Amino acid sequence: MFKVLDSAVPIACWSCSVGHVESTLFCPHCSKIQPPSGSDFFHVFGLDHLFTIDLEALETEFHRLSRKLHPDRYARAGEIERQWSLADTALLNDAYRTLKDPISRTEYLLKLEGAEIGEEFSGKDRAANGKDPSRVPADLLEEVFDLNMQLEEMRMARKMGEEDPSLTASLTDAKKKFDILMDAVDQDLRRQWQVWDSGDDAVRAVSQKKMVALLDRRRYLNNLVRDVTETLGA
Amino acid sequence: MAEGRVVGIDLGTTNSLVAYMQGEAPVVIPGADGSNLVPSVVALDPLPAGGGRPTVTVGNTARKALIETPERVIYSVKRLMGRGLEEIHDELKMFPFRLAEDVEAGEVPRIKLGELKFTPPEISAYVLRQLKRNAERFFGEQVTQAVITVPAYFNDAQRQATKDAGRMAGLEVLRLVNEPTAAALAYGLDRAKVGTIAVYDLGGGTFDISILKLKDGIFEVQSTNGDTHLGGDDIDNLLLAIALDEIHAEHGIDLRAHPSAVQAVRKAAIEAKIKLSTEPSASFNIELPNGDRYQREIPRAVFELLIEPILERTAGPCKQAIADAGITPEEIDEVVLVGGSTRIPAVRQLVDQIFHLAPRGKKPHIELNPDEVVALGAAVQADILAGDSKTTEEMLLLDVTPLSLGIEALGGTVARIIERNSTIPASATEHFTTGVDGQTNVAIHVVQGERELASDCRSLARFDLKGIPPMSAGLPRIEVRFLIDADGILQVTAREQRSGQAAEIEVKPTYGLTDEQVEGMILDSFDHAEEDFAKRLLIEARNEAETILTAVERAPQNPAWALLSGEEQAAISAARGKLEAVKLGSDPAAIRDATLALDQATRRFAELMMDAAVTTAIRGKTMGVAGEELGDAVTAPHAMAPAEFK
Repeated sequence: MFKVLDSAVPIACWSCSVGHVESTLFCPHCSKIQPPSGSDFFHVFGLDHLFTIDLEALETEFHRLSRKLHPDRYARAGEIERQWSLADTALLNDAYRTLKDPISRTEYLLKLEGAEIGEEFSGKDRAANGKDPSRVPADLLEEVFDLNMQLEEMRMARKMGEEDPSLTASLTDAKKKFDILMDAVDQDLRRQWQVWDSGDDAVRAVSQKKMVALLDRRRYLNNLVRDVTETLGA
Repeated sequence: MAEGRVVGIDLGTTNSLVAYMQGEAPVVIPGADGSNLVPSVVALDPLPAGGGRPTVTVGNTARKALIETPERVIYSVKRLMGRGLEEIHDELKMFPFRLAEDVEAGEVPRIKLGELKFTPPEISAYVLRQLKRNAERFFGEQVTQAVITVPAYFNDAQRQATKDAGRMAGLEVLRLVNEPTAAALAYGLDRAKVGTIAVYDLGGGTFDISILKLKDGIFEVQSTNGDTHLGGDDIDNLLLAIALDEIHAEHGIDLRAHPSAVQAVRKAAIEAKIKLSTEPSASFNIELPNGDRYQREIPRAVFELLIEPILERTAGPCKQAIADAGITPEEIDEVVLVGGSTRIPAVRQLVDQIFHLAPRGKKPHIELNPDEVVALGAAVQADILAGDSKTTEEMLLLDVTPLSLGIEALGGTVARIIERNSTIPASATEHFTTGVDGQTNVAIHVVQGERELASDCRSLARFDLKGIPPMSAGLPRIEVRFLIDADGILQVTAREQRSGQAAEIEVKPTYGLTDEQVEGMILDSFDHAEEDFAKRLLIEARNEAETILTAVERAPQNPAWALLSGEEQAAISAARGKLEAVKLGSDPAAIRDATLALDQATRRFAELMMDAAVTTAIRGKTMGVAGEELGDAVTAPHAMAPAEFK
C-alpha cells in the first residue's frame, strides 16, 4: 500500500546521459527534471525517520518543491519532462498529504518501521469496524454496548418521526466523553513520538507496540464519534 | 513548436468568454460585435436551398433564433457534458433538449439540432471555436493553446468531455482550471499575499465553493464542494414553470406544446429575475397565442420566498467545505463572489450569514465583474503556463480533486483510494490478486463520490487487467497505479509484479468518447490548414481596411471635420494614404497595422462627431467602438473593435 513509485531509477540522466548515484529531482549535470526515485515520503522532504515534524518548515519546503516540480512549470515542455513533472509532483503531494496529518504520518512511519497497522485509514472496512465486538477495547465494552442501544433507539425514533430530548442529551454527553478519550489518546501518541524519536532500538520496539495499540483505540473511538455525530445530525 | 499565445477561456453554461494577459493585467477579448460575452448558444441555420450542410452559428445570432426556430437551437449544453443517458432525464424535463432516438445505453447522448445530431462536446466545440476565432481576429494570428475553466465540482467524465471539446475546436488544452480557483487568481493579482479566502461561485448552471490559502504567491486550495446542477437556470425554470401553470389555469392554454411560446415566457422570466436584483418588483406581460395577455406582478419579497429553497441548497456545500478545510467561518479573511447569480441580493444575504461577514465588519468582494472574473483568472493561469512572465512567475496554483476516488470492493462497497480535497496531481497504488487458480484477468470498477456503496457513486471506468500469467489463486500480485493529473483526470497503469509483466489494461470510460470518435469530430479540420488560415486572415484584414476607408472618405462632409486642425486633417490623410498603399499587398499584419493607425488618427474626429450627450459615455474610445455602441445613430468610420496587433 505504501510502496512509493518504483519506476526503475535510471543510472543515467534521461537527457544528458551523465550518470548520477544519489536519487535526485534534477540532474546535477544538465538540471533537467528526473523521474521519481524509490525514496520514501520522508526522503522527499529530506527528513529523517522521526515522528515529530516541524509543520511550518514542511509547508515551506512543500511550496519550494512545488514551484520547481509542478506540471504548470512544464506545460510547454517536452513529453518526457511533462511526464516526470507529473510523477514527481504526485509523489510530492502524496508525501505532503501523508506527513502533515499527525495520524497518517504516524501510521506511515510505523509501517516503514515494519509494524502491522489496521487498514482502516483508507476507509476500507468502515462498515465492519466498530461493529465487531471482539475489537472493542476492554475498558469501553460496557459503554459501547449502552451507546449502541441508544443509537438504535434514536434511529428508530427518527424513523417514526419522533424526537426524544433525553436521548439526544445522553448521546451528546457520550460524544463529549469519547472526544475527551480521543484527546487523551492523541496526547499519549505525542508522548510516544518523543520516546521513539529519542530512543534506542529497544526503546523503539516497545514504543512502536504502544503506538499501534493507541492507533487501534483511536480508530475505534473515531468510528464511535462519527456514528454518534451522524445519528445526531441526521 | 510555435510558442504562440495561450488564451484563457471560461466555457460557461450561459455565456462564454476568452481573455488574455495584456502586460500585467488580464483583459477580455471582445467579439466582432464588440461584446465580451458570447452566449453559449448554438444554432443551425436553415438548410441551404441547393443542398449541402447547413451553417452553424454561435452566440448572439444563435440566441436570436431561439424564439423563431427553437428546434434548431441549443443552450445550456454544459449541463449535459460528460453525462450518460440515464443521468440526463431530469434535465430533459427542464430544457428543450431533443435527444436523438437511436442513442443506446452507454453511448454519449446525441442531441438533435434540426436535421443533424451532435454530442454535447461537439456543441461546446462550436462555442470554443467561436472564441478561438474572436481571439485570432483580435491578435491577427493563430491561437492554438488554451486554458479552459470547469466547475470545481466537475467529475472525471465532465472534465474529459470538456477537454475533448477543446480538441474538436482545434485547441490544445494546456490545463483545465477550476472556476472558483481561477476567480481567486484574478483577485489575487493585486491582493494581500497571505490569508484564507472563500470563493462562492453561483453561475448559470453550476455552484461551486472553494476555500484557498494564499501564501507568497502560492494559491493552495484547502477544500472544494458544490453542485454541478444548481444555478440561475434553476431560478429561470422555476419562474417559467409557475408562469406556464398560471397561464394554463387562467387562460386554459397549455403553452408547453408550443416551443416558441415557451421560449418567449422563459425570456420574460429571465428579464424579471434580472430586474428583481435592482428593483423592488418586476412583472410579466406576455401576449398569448389566443390574443389574451398574461400579466403578473412579482414583488421582490415573493421572488425571494420562491427561490429560497434553491439558494438554500448552496449552504450545505459551503458548510462542508469549511469543515473539510478544518477551519471556522471566522477564519476566512475574504469572500469572493463569482457568477451572474450572485447579483441577486438574497444570495448576498445568504453568503453574509454563512460566512458571518457583517458581524465582522466585512463585505464580500464584487469589484471584478462576476461574469468576467473567471475568464480573467483563466488568462492569469494561461500566463503562468506560458512561462516567461514577470507578473505571474511567482504565482502557482495548487488545486484539489473535488471527489473521492474509489474502487468497488466485495459486496458493492467502495474502498476509497484517494480522498476528496487531496492536492492534485495525486496518486494511489493498490495491489490486486486472483481468486481462482489460473485466472488470467481481474475486473476493476473505479468510481468517484462520497457514498458508501459503489452503486450510489459515479461510475468512472471499468477495466480488465488482462494477460496475467496463470498461477495459483492469490499468487499474482498486480500493482495498479491510479493517478489524478493536474486537470483532475484519472490515469491508470498496471503491472504484474511476480512475473514483471505489464498487465494490459484498456480503461473504458463508463461514459465518454473514444480517441477515434473525438478525432472524427474535429470541426472542419480543413479550415485549420495554414494556407486557408492565411487566406482568411488576409480577406478579413482587407474587409476591415475597406470599411474604415469608406468611412474616412465621407468624413469631410461631416461638420465635425471642420473642427479639426490642419495638422490633424493632414495626419488622417497620411494614414489613409498608407492604408490605401498596403491594402492591395498580401501581408495581413501590415494591413491591420495601417488600419489601426488610421483608426487612431481619427480618434479625435470620432469624439467631435458625437453629440455632447453621448461624448461622456464614449470618451477615450476609438471610433470603432463608439460606432458600435451607438448603433445607427452615428456614421462611424468603421465597425471594428479596438485591437492590439503585434
